[in-house]
Amino acid sequence: MTRAKGPRRNNIGVHLALSLGAVVMMFPFAWQILMSLSTNAEVQSVTPHLWPETLRWENYAEVFRQLPFLDQLGNSLFITVVRVLAQIAFCTLAGYAFARMQFRGKALVLAAVLSILMVPSQVYLLPQYEIIQDLGLLGSVGGLVLPGLFSAFGTFLMRTAFLALPAELEEAARLDGANPFQVFWHVMLPLIRPSISVLAITATLWSWNELLWPLVVTTESSSMPLSAGLATLINDRTVNYPVVLAASLLATAPVLILFIVLQRRVIDGLATSGMK
Amino acid sequence: MTTTTQPVRAPSSDKPKKPRRDGFWPWLFVAPLGIGIAVFYLWPIVQTAWFSLTEFGVFGGTTFTGLSNYQELFSNGDLYKAIGNTLLYTAIVLLNVPIAVVVASLLNTPGLRGASVYRVLYFLPYVAMPTAVAMVWRIIFNGDFGVLNRVLGWFGIDGPYWISTPGAAIVAVSVVGLWSSIGFSVIVLGAGLKQIPPELYEAAELDGASRWRQFRSITVPLLTPSIAFLSVVTVIAGFQLFDMLYAVLGTTNMNATVFDSMSLVYLFYQAGFVTNDKGLAAAVAMVVLVLVAVATAIQFRLQKKWVHVD
Repeated sequence: MTRAKGPRRNNIGVHLALSLGAVVMMFPFAWQILMSLSTNAEVQSVTPHLWPETLRWENYAEVFRQLPFLDQLGNSLFITVVRVLAQIAFCTLAGYAFARMQFRGKALVLAAVLSILMVPSQVYLLPQYEIIQDLGLLGSVGGLVLPGLFSAFGTFLMRTAFLALPAELEEAARLDGANPFQVFWHVMLPLIRPSISVLAITATLWSWNELLWPLVVTTESSSMPLSAGLATLINDRTVNYPVVLAASLLATAPVLILFIVLQRRVIDGLATSGMK
Repeated sequence: MTTTTQPVRAPSSDKPKKPRRDGFWPWLFVAPLGIGIAVFYLWPIVQTAWFSLTEFGVFGGTTFTGLSNYQELFSNGDLYKAIGNTLLYTAIVLLNVPIAVVVASLLNTPGLRGASVYRVLYFLPYVAMPTAVAMVWRIIFNGDFGVLNRVLGWFGIDGPYWISTPGAAIVAVSVVGLWSSIGFSVIVLGAGLKQIPPELYEAAELDGASRWRQFRSITVPLLTPSIAFLSVVTVIAGFQLFDMLYAVLGTTNMNATVFDSMSLVYLFYQAGFVTNDKGLAAAVAMVVLVLVAVATAIQFRLQKKWVHVD
């Protein structure tokens, strides 16, 4: 009997252990899909119902009939797209200046921006709420989106990316008479595209899933994003379990699909941002 | 604003590099972000510190009340309960790190097929919206028809009403937190494992070291920087517990157990936006700031003792 190469010998055990773990990790999603296709009575029955008697796809139609799902989806999409674009614009500009330009007071301004990274969000949330209230933006998408346009973390990420680039390219462009914005736009920005995609991914994930801020600035369920809209359903006894489960799946599906499609990029990006 | 015109400079003349001045350009670059950060983050931090020393009037306006918000906070049991719950949650969620060390090193097995599929499966709970997975977890934990208690029943364990029993509820929320945090740690540790030179394992193999011995003597020590990073991140995130708690347990006016399971951030939310005692909420926020700073400082201090540096 010939044996496979050395390192392969224990792989069946490894697969067994990893699949067991994966089953546990995936169980809530699987259960959610099954229950979202069941009747309310099946979900709550004391005798086990592993598989629904008939698959009730109409529960998904009920989501749109019973809940302001499309409004909330629109809000989530809007705030996420606007925040991601704004963070990319503001953080790359500032990150470039902090990494590659000389100006008086740079160290101080940079320290002030980065100090935000160490402050828990509750510390600035109350005054942010007051500002939004004073601007008359409570309950509007403007209020939802505003503080999240600016990101200290994103600035840190972009600064790190620009610091890693060689100085020669920049010098050459400057000698050719390009102004600093042209150097930034045509030469340097294209070089940090991978880091920009990391910023876009982390900002999307954060904006899509965030709960506390939308919860405090909105009260009408049609002006909430999906995260807050679903949270307020938890105690709502007028909506059936399967319909809430279906709505939850529809709400989280876009990010899950996005991350499955972009997995390599996401995983590499998070790993590097995690390792500084 | 200064409008210095840049003198044309010879390409490579002066050896000790004089710092180049960029005139007003850097300020243009920094301004959009800088103004936003100043208005929405920096100034609010100062304001919260001030709010914590004041009482908000019913018709607007604030009165300076010194330390009375802090006195109220420290004399009333809610704060200690919230700290206790937050620490318990953090402790349980920290278990994600050892679990992820095992998963990541299994994924790192040479010649393993399908590693990227496993990685995605472990990662999805981290990406999923907390409020979207909360409902199914409520159903799994349900005391009457929940699948968890049914499974526990097979082993002769009579599970509690998880969501509505004080004490059990915070454990339930912690389990969900643990489930959702493993994926991120697996990714970070996976990157850490890539840094370990394969020759170390080959040498160990030649010396006849067992898999377990290699794991203990090579993998774990060389992963300590990643493990240290993950513990700091987990503790900071643990102190921020809100979404999962709110989503799984619901609001206080519906479920009295939530009062007993409150986290620090929930206490902040409750004071600031439910009972509208903004001064007290600001004091809670300041306490969280101090606690996070202390916890992080302690961890950095301790890490000098166990983190491998080369």
